[in-house]
Amino acid sequence: MDFVDLIKKAGGPNVQSCYQCGTCSGSCPAGARTNYLVRDIIRKALLGLKEECVSVTELWYCTTCYACTDRCPQDVKPTDVIKAIRNIAVAEGHMLSNHQKVAVKVIETGHAVPLDKEMWQQLREKVGLEPIPPNASANPWAAEEVKKLSEICGFDKLIGYEEFLKAEEEKKKKKKKEG
Amino acid sequence: MHFLGCIIPHRYPSVERATRLIFPDLGMKLLDMEGATCCPAPGVFGSFDRVTWATVAARNLTIAEESGHPITTGCNGCFASLWEANHELKEDDELREKVNNNLAEIDREFKGTIEVTHYVDALYDTAGLEKIREQVSRPFEGVRIALHPGCHWMRPKLVKQKDESERPHIFRDVCETTGAEYVPYKDELMCCGAGGAVRTADLEVALDFTKQKFDSILEAGGADLIVTPCPFCQLQLDLGQVEIQKHFGEEYVFDVMHVSEFLALAFGHEPDDFGLDTHLQYMQRKSEPNWAQILM
Repeated sequence: MDFVDLIKKAGGPNVQSCYQCGTCSGSCPAGARTNYLVRDIIRKALLGLKEECVSVTELWYCTTCYACTDRCPQDVKPTDVIKAIRNIAVAEGHMLSNHQKVAVKVIETGHAVPLDKEMWQQLREKVGLEPIPPNASANPWAAEEVKKLSEICGFDKLIGYEEFLKAEEEKKKKKKKEG
Repeated sequence: MHFLGCIIPHRYPSVERATRLIFPDLGMKLLDMEGATCCPAPGVFGSFDRVTWATVAARNLTIAEESGHPITTGCNGCFASLWEANHELKEDDELREKVNNNLAEIDREFKGTIEVTHYVDALYDTAGLEKIREQVSRPFEGVRIALHPGCHWMRPKLVKQKDESERPHIFRDVCETTGAEYVPYKDELMCCGAGGAVRTADLEVALDFTKQKFDSILEAGGADLIVTPCPFCQLQLDLGQVEIQKHFGEEYVFDVMHVSEFLALAFGHEPDDFGLDTHLQYMQRKSEPNWAQILM
């Protein structure tokens, strides 16, 4: 499958409607401060220049604010195109390590921002709430379900969960040796 | 059903507490959603793998479907994930089949029987402005508020059909019931900088957005308070001030409230009833809200 078809399948079906007017980049707060140019990425994508799209850091500067999508005269849905290209980038191994860590948190706790310290429980008590909320934090079975779903979806393999665990184990061993 | 998400219950519990005060004040009952997980974050997990994102979101939706009650959430990100997954799974048969095949492995099925709302919808559509106004016992007369509506409740506008995203009025109408003075500023509708996995990818780029918003508010003559309907935007605007100081050496001092906290005060609840002073900015700076400025 060529790159444009991959994008269409991954969530950017209207990518080929782009006529390069630049409304997207003109509306883009990320483009105003970085080298991220939506129009440029879409042009390269339509030319089939996959590597130039999936391997650049700029791809990860879109905050998905949808200003471009709301203004695009061709209904390209540029935000969705960028997300589709990101899906392809991740599938080809271009994932930032910070993003991998967030993905691991969801696999292990069910939450991207978990209740992972005593102080967060104390903060809850301070405002008059029970220390643990009724989400996955109080219900380990829920986190188990998400973990199982991540295996079924192949998400654990996609983000390199096993390799991440091995690397963490190595780090711990090294620390112990030094320590 | 009350979808808490991650940031409200785990980092800004004052928002959860304030919500648990104002919803009953308005005659709305919140049901706990036992076993709900991360929505999962739309710009983060949606950027990694769309099918996994939709599957985990659909799992959350099935919890509400079992109860037969609509979902309400106080986070723009959670709203986007749950609302969009609900919408896409109803429209896209291929995605629905994939997701339901995945969910079958944990004995769940997405049926598409419930609606997803944001607190803003519950306030504006279910309670209504009149009822909110009736509850205001401590009007914010003379208090200048800058609003940060954020992106994901109203955009993409053609899909969500909530408000006119270039000239929105619903969030403003809700906030103005308190008698506060709305301060227009140039970058009101600009993103806070946190979304789309950018805060995680490159904190300084994210903070640069935030800084522009603060400068824009100052250019408009400043504000006594910033109000937002999203805890992730709140984190970025609140804790972001500490981070901007650290990374760029510039000091901003703005009190930032979630709309639930803002209404809780207007409804006559005391700041200590929900822990307004526990915002991460105050904890890290060892500071307090500017009480005089917010009439406390």
